[in-house]
This record gives sequence, C-alpha cells and structure tokens, in this order.
Amino acid sequence: MDESNGENKVAELMSTLPGDDVRQIMWRFEERYEIQMVVQSARSIARGVVARLVAEGARNSHEWNEKKAQLLTGFDEVGLTTVFMDPEEGGFIAGPKNLALSLVAFELSWVDGGAATCSLASNLALSPIHEKGTPEQKQTYMSRCVPPLPGEDRKVWRGAFALTEPLPYVGVDTGILSGRMRVVEWKDGEEPLLHVEKRGRFITNMGFANFVTAAVDSDDDRIKGSAMIILEEGDEGSFDRGATTLKLVHQLSSTSDPILSLKVPASRIIGGYTVKEGVIIPNCNHGDVIESVFRRTRVPVAVMSSAKLLSAVEPVIRYQRTRFRGGSASSAGSPRYDLGLQQKEDALQRLVDVWACGEAGASLGFAAARLFDEFDPIEREKESILAERGIKGRAEVKMFKELEKDALEYLSLDHLPEAERDAARFQKLAEDTLVQFMIRESQANVLCPACKLWNTGYGATMMREAVSLMGGYGITEDCPGFLGQKWMDAQLEATYEGPEAVQRRQLSITINSELFLAQFRLWILDLRGIAGRRPQTGATALANAMELWLWTLGYLQGTKDADGKPLYHSQRHGVVFPFVDALCWLLASRQQILDMLVLEEKGPQNPVLTEGLTGFVTFFSDLCHVQAARSAAEVGRICAELVYGYQRDLAAIKDDDATFAVLRHKVDASLAGARLFKDRAAAAVSKVMIPEALDYPM
Amino acid sequence: MDGGYHIVVCGSIVPDPLQTLAPVEGPTGPSLKNEMMLPAVLDPWAGHALYEAAHLAKNMPGSKVWLVSLGPKQKLQQLMMSIAQKVSFELVVLDGPAGGFTDPCEVASVLAGGIETIQGLDRSRLLLFGGCASASRDAGVTMQMVGEQLGITDQFLGVDELVVQPDGTLKILERSEGGQYQVSVCAAAPALLAWATGNLPEPPNNPQIGMANMRTVMPALQKALPAKVGAEGVSFLSVELPKQRRETRIVRDMPPDEIAREIVDWIKG
Repeated sequence: MDESNGENKVAELMSTLPGDDVRQIMWRFEERYEIQMVVQSARSIARGVVARLVAEGARNSHEWNEKKAQLLTGFDEVGLTTVFMDPEEGGFIAGPKNLALSLVAFELSWVDGGAATCSLASNLALSPIHEKGTPEQKQTYMSRCVPPLPGEDRKVWRGAFALTEPLPYVGVDTGILSGRMRVVEWKDGEEPLLHVEKRGRFITNMGFANFVTAAVDSDDDRIKGSAMIILEEGDEGSFDRGATTLKLVHQLSSTSDPILSLKVPASRIIGGYTVKEGVIIPNCNHGDVIESVFRRTRVPVAVMSSAKLLSAVEPVIRYQRTRFRGGSASSAGSPRYDLGLQQKEDALQRLVDVWACGEAGASLGFAAARLFDEFDPIEREKESILAERGIKGRAEVKMFKELEKDALEYLSLDHLPEAERDAARFQKLAEDTLVQFMIRESQANVLCPACKLWNTGYGATMMREAVSLMGGYGITEDCPGFLGQKWMDAQLEATYEGPEAVQRRQLSITINSELFLAQFRLWILDLRGIAGRRPQTGATALANAMELWLWTLGYLQGTKDADGKPLYHSQRHGVVFPFVDALCWLLASRQQILDMLVLEEKGPQNPVLTEGLTGFVTFFSDLCHVQAARSAAEVGRICAELVYGYQRDLAAIKDDDATFAVLRHKVDASLAGARLFKDRAAAAVSKVMIPEALDYPM
Repeated sequence: MDGGYHIVVCGSIVPDPLQTLAPVEGPTGPSLKNEMMLPAVLDPWAGHALYEAAHLAKNMPGSKVWLVSLGPKQKLQQLMMSIAQKVSFELVVLDGPAGGFTDPCEVASVLAGGIETIQGLDRSRLLLFGGCASASRDAGVTMQMVGEQLGITDQFLGVDELVVQPDGTLKILERSEGGQYQVSVCAAAPALLAWATGNLPEPPNNPQIGMANMRTVMPALQKALPAKVGAEGVSFLSVELPKQRRETRIVRDMPPDEIAREIVDWIKG
C-alpha cells in the first residue's frame, strides 16, 4: 500500500464499518424513530426468514409455494405490510412514506432483491388506489390489506398491479392497452356493470393476489378513454393466475401472466367516474394514475441495487483477508495470513470503487425519496387549489408557464444571503404552494428517473465487479452475501418498473426544464463553495464537470451534425441517451458529497460517534473524491464524444469547440490528487474492523 | 395475585457477539476496541428476563413491566428501536457505561437506586427480574446485590421457569446441573429471579407496540440522569477474553457454611 501522500500518513482511518448511527444522519432519519423501528423490523426479517429461504435454496423454484409464503406472514408480523398505510387505515407512520419504503427495500435487498420486490409489489397494487382512489376505495382496500389485529378473524388481502404496456409520460403511445372494458348491464338509476378483459405479463404477486389493479381501455362507446380498475378474485368470471414466469432472478417474488375476464361494477374504476350524456367518463385515465404511481415506486427499486453493492463490502473484505488461511501457504501472524488478498492494491481499490458507487447510489436514491416526502403534501395541496379554481387541461399548462418566472425568482432569492434579498417577496414566494410545487416537481422529474436509471444500470455493472472480487466463490450458490444472485437480480431491477430506455427518454425531456437548469446552475455555485471549504471531497472536479455538461447541453441544442441534422432531438437516442447518462453520474456524486457533509456537521452531536467520527468523515470524503473523479471523467468522455463525434473530421472543428476544450481541460486537471485519496480509502479498507461472521446465514 | 405484579427487569446492552471483541488498555482502564462504535444488542440473559416478564404480565391482569437500563443513552436509544417493538414496558434510563469493566457492586447500587425512583412501584408486588449473568461480564453477582440493596431476600438464580400457582405461590425452576432443576416454591412477591434462558422465543418486532412504547421511551431517554459507575480503585492486572472453563462437582447435603469455606479457599488459591 502506497501511503506517499503526506496527508494520508496522518489522517485517522475508519475503525469500524458504518453503523446505524452513521446512516441515520447521512440519510436524514436520525430524528424519525418510527422509521428507525421500520429499519430494524425489515432487517430482522431480511436477515432471518429471507436469508434462511435463500440459504435453503428457495430461489431454485419458479412457483410460489408455502415456503416462500413465509415471507408474507413474516412481513405481516413485523409490520412491513402496514408501512404503506396511514394510521387511520391501520398503519403506524403518519404522512408521506417514501423514505420509509425505500429503507425497507434497502434492508430487504441487502439480503435478497426478490423479497424486496415481493414486499413492494403489494404497495404497488395499492398505490393507484392510494394516489387516485375514491375515499370509499381507499377505506375498503387499505383496511383489507392490513393484517388482522389480535382477536380479529379475517384474511389479509394481497394485491397485484397489472400494466405491462408501454409507460406514459415519455412520448410512447399510452393508448396501447391490452386490457378492455365494456358495459354489459346498465339499468336505470343503478350502477353500470362492466366486463373487463385483461391479459397481464410479468405480473408480480399474481401467485397469491386477491385483487388486481389493472390498466384497461374502453371497448365501448359508452365508456370514454382508459382507466385503472380493481378486479377481485371472487368476481363473476375467470380470475386465472396464468402461467408462472420462468425468471432467472428474484425467485422470492411471485410472477405470472394472468388472464382475467370478469364482470365488475363501474364503482371499481379507480378515482370514480362521472356520467355525461349516457357515457361513463373515468375521473382519472390510466396514464394519470400510472404517472403518479411510478414516479414514487421507482425510487425504492433504485435503492435496492445500491443496497446490494453496500452489502457486498463486508463479505468481500472477509474473503480477501482470510483467503490464504487454513492451508500451508501462510502461517498465523504473517502479512499473507493476516491480510490475505488485501496485500494487493488492486483488490482494495476495486472494492473502493464498488463501495463508492454504492454510496453514491444510496445517497441519490434516498435524496429522491426524501424529495417525494416533501413533494407529496404539496402536490395534494396543488390539486385541491386547482380543483377549487376549476383549472385543468390547457389552462393548467398556461398557468404554470406564467408561474415559472415566480419560481425562478424564488430560486434566485433563495440563493442570496438573507440580508441582500427582499424578505417580504421571498416569504410570499416561499408560501406559494404552486411555486413550491413547480420547483420540487422539476427536481422530482429528474431525480426519480436518474436514480432508477443509474443506480440499477451502473449498479449492475458494479455488482459484477463485486462478484469478481470473490473469485470463483462469487458465482457459487454459497457465496457469502449471495453476491452472485444479487448480480443477476440487478438486471431485473434495471428492467422492471420502466427499463433503462424509458428512464432515458423521460430524462431527455425533463432536463430541459428551465427550472431544473436554474437549480443545476445554483448547485454548481454551491459546489464551488464546498470545494473552497472542503477540497478533499472532489467538489471541484464535480463542479467543473457540471459546467462542462451544461455547456454541452447548449451546444447540442444549437448545433447540427456533419449531415445538417439537429443533434439534440428526443428521437436521436445516440445523442440524448448518453447525455442523460452523464447527468446521472453528476447527480449521484453531488448527493454523495452532501450526505458526507451532513455527517460531518451533525455527527458531533451524537456522543456514540465521538470516538470514530473523524475516521468516518475522512473515509466518506475519500469515497466522494473517488466517485467525483470517476463521474467527472465519465462526463468528460461522454461530452467529448458528443461534441467531436458528430463532426466529419478534425478540420471541421470550430471556434466554439475551443471553449469545450478549455472546459474539458479544467475537468481533467481537477482530477489532481484523486488517486491519492483512493489510496487512502484503500488503506482504510485494509484496516477496518469487521465482524467475525456475517449476521445472516449462507 | 390481585392487581398483578410490578415486574422490574434490569438489562442493558452488550456488543453484538458477532463483532470482534478485543480488549485494549485505554486512558481510564481496560475497554474493548472500538466499543462505542460497535453495534449493540440487548444482553441475551436480560432479554430472556424481559420476554418472560412481558409474558407473565400479559397473563396476570393489572401487572406492569419496567425495564431499568444502565448504559450510554444514545446506544440505548438505538437498542430501543428494536427491543421496544417486541414487548410493552416502561423504560428507566441510567446514563452510564455498560461495558464489562465496571464494578458489579457499583452497578448494583446504581440499578437499585434507579428502581427506588420508580413512581408508583408497589414493593409488595415486586418481582425483580434480570439475567443470571451478562454477556459482557459473566460474574453472575449483580442481580443478587441489587436484590440485597432493595431488601429482597427471596432470590432465585439461573431460572428457566416461573409458574404462578392457583394459590398464588410462585413455583420456580432453577438450573442446577446436567439438565436437572431445583424446584422451589416462593410464597409471594417480592422476589428476585435472575433468569437463564427461560422457555420463550424472542418475540417478533411489532411496530404498533413500538409506537406505544415510544411515548414513554423517548421522554425517559431525554430525562436520563448520568450514573457514575466504574471501577475506581481497582487495578486490572490483566484482561483477556473469557475461555471456556468448567470445574463441576456434584455434592449432596453440604451445609452452606462448608460451601462458603470451600469457595473462600478456592479464591485464595
């Protein structure tokens, strides 16, 4: 280990792996004890029932069976089933639950991603009802899904969410639905009865679901448009769970291709309906419902992949250190015996890369979850304001366009020192629900697809790296930490709830929001400030890379390729897709730095951390630098390919491009020192104390 | 018993047994390496006592359970996020060290003092529970001293079972040797029971219980008073991790004085 950097020699290294005290501060739930309890509950089931199921080979079958059903009773017992519900529905967390649900997904997928999917899928089925359902629908289905209390004699209901079609919002045709509904009976003054036909594919929880929330389109002149509708297993007709999907991954979740043909009352249309001139008009079309649902439920999926990377750290360290013990190749007390593979720089530095990626992903995912916790009540308030004012459709678009300047003004005032801004105006804008809605929506529209795309996609690549660090052991069933399974599973996480292309398409639209870009510019300024105070974090490299990205956006939007075709176009995936990928690197790295700074600021308030805080802050700061450097280099590469790659040859390079070269050089030069911080992080990894054994079976 | 029991359980944290526990010499005496940073769990013996207490309270209407914990309050707070979800209790926090290098007599004094501050505690209905030993210091003496200081002379150690008989007497099974139990019948509370493993599994987490407990747990943590506990005046000649050691001799009808003399001789070497 080269410790030639003078700073490396004196810095205090991290002494133990980060525990709950550290994570609660970094991910901002140190004062939310109800969430801390949820974490403990999820951990108890993950490292108990879930780990035993995996260790006993329950993943080796596709079918849902009694053994796997232990998961559901386990979730019920420790309260995970009710995390989604409000207290009046039988839950125990008041208010938004995005962070809580993301932490549950994190804890479960620390052991097995399929178990996390199984837990999340029930919430996914309830989400359309929760987001857009009528009060009666909410009351009925939420309470049915709460496990019975002592003394109650009833069965707990489970749900499945059936969509399967291309997703809305991102430009794909949302009208293509396999589900159909038509009126079969409509007596005067009575509830119309509908016949619903729905064939689902890859539907999670279908092996045991008692109800399905299904996306369907009208097949009848007497019904207008599409809707989501609730189908129950006891409804008249056929509730065929269909063939089991032969998944190679996530076998602890039940997946099949159901065939549903059922007669149901129109009151099952989620959000209700109105009748106008003899036509049933659903109050919410399926696109409205799904957009609202998915932008929340994608965040826990993103967090899952990051949890797996972080879960790999301890087993890999143990494997590396003990690699040569037990044979004649080393004797106790020798470096080979004590450090094993950790004598080698490569083994340590690759693990640092895995760890840094996991940290960045978790930081981005949890930031998105917290943002939705803020956003949820504001969005509801906005909806009630619009309903009160009778504003919808084009009028709504027009109103928000006009409000954009207020939102931009708020952002600029917010960034001014308190003494320099118009306090009254700032206060007025801060209290304006619609302005605050716009600002958070512009962030949510980027952060959600960004974390789903980057955490799962690049996370899968880094999971392969983690597997490789275990040698041949990594691709065996008994690899400690189930790393091989986690690697395979990551591919599904990158695919379900909107594959990578869908996230890239959404980002290619939402990054153009002037509100988002205004915030992005302010984030660069903030990072410059951080770089001044804490240069070790890599904030300079990151700020330079963000500036390069921003310049490249302008360049791409205003430039044509060698054949005269516009470069920035939503259908030009060769340009916009890698470009939004570059943004994801930046967002993840930025959030990682912010989380580390929060630990540094708030850590001293916790006496438990007094002993090791300096070591943690140093190590996390080093990981930030490693990741910032990696992100900056990646952004530099992508932007260079896009700026130069569409010109015919060297001779075609214009003056404009000189600016790019200067910015690119700034990025490259700001990598100075990055590898020294990586060396120090690697030194910490070689010395950190780990438990004697993994705390779950294998 | 009419009105149920007042069950006070003494129990605190120990480092998670999966962690590497390496004794080190610090400025104030011996400690475990990175002790504050290591994740902690409820001392397993105290855990058994707590689950037995909750079970008894559930079956004896009018009973109430207190958990009296001596430990760093921040670490106790973390522990509560799990333990407070398992059974109902009211927490009494004594903010002090919980490691294995404290004098059991000082620990007992602080615990007894803490118990004496509990408002509404009816000593005539008191069952004092705790572990018969601790995972951080297996001396097995602390509970006896707490009992002595509180004037509880009916003491039972290594308990695996407590049955409240129809006549209100307490039938208690204490571990002796080779899977055998000493069976005693205690007329009534107050009594001290230092538990071995008991018979009950660890209850699953239940957030509804947790949320109910938190109404008293968080205030208890906030108003915890510092407890001075250590080993002042004690010099540690050497510190090492415990090794398995067992020297068993089964004798019958040996007078207590003779047992005491033999133990004193053994200590003197």
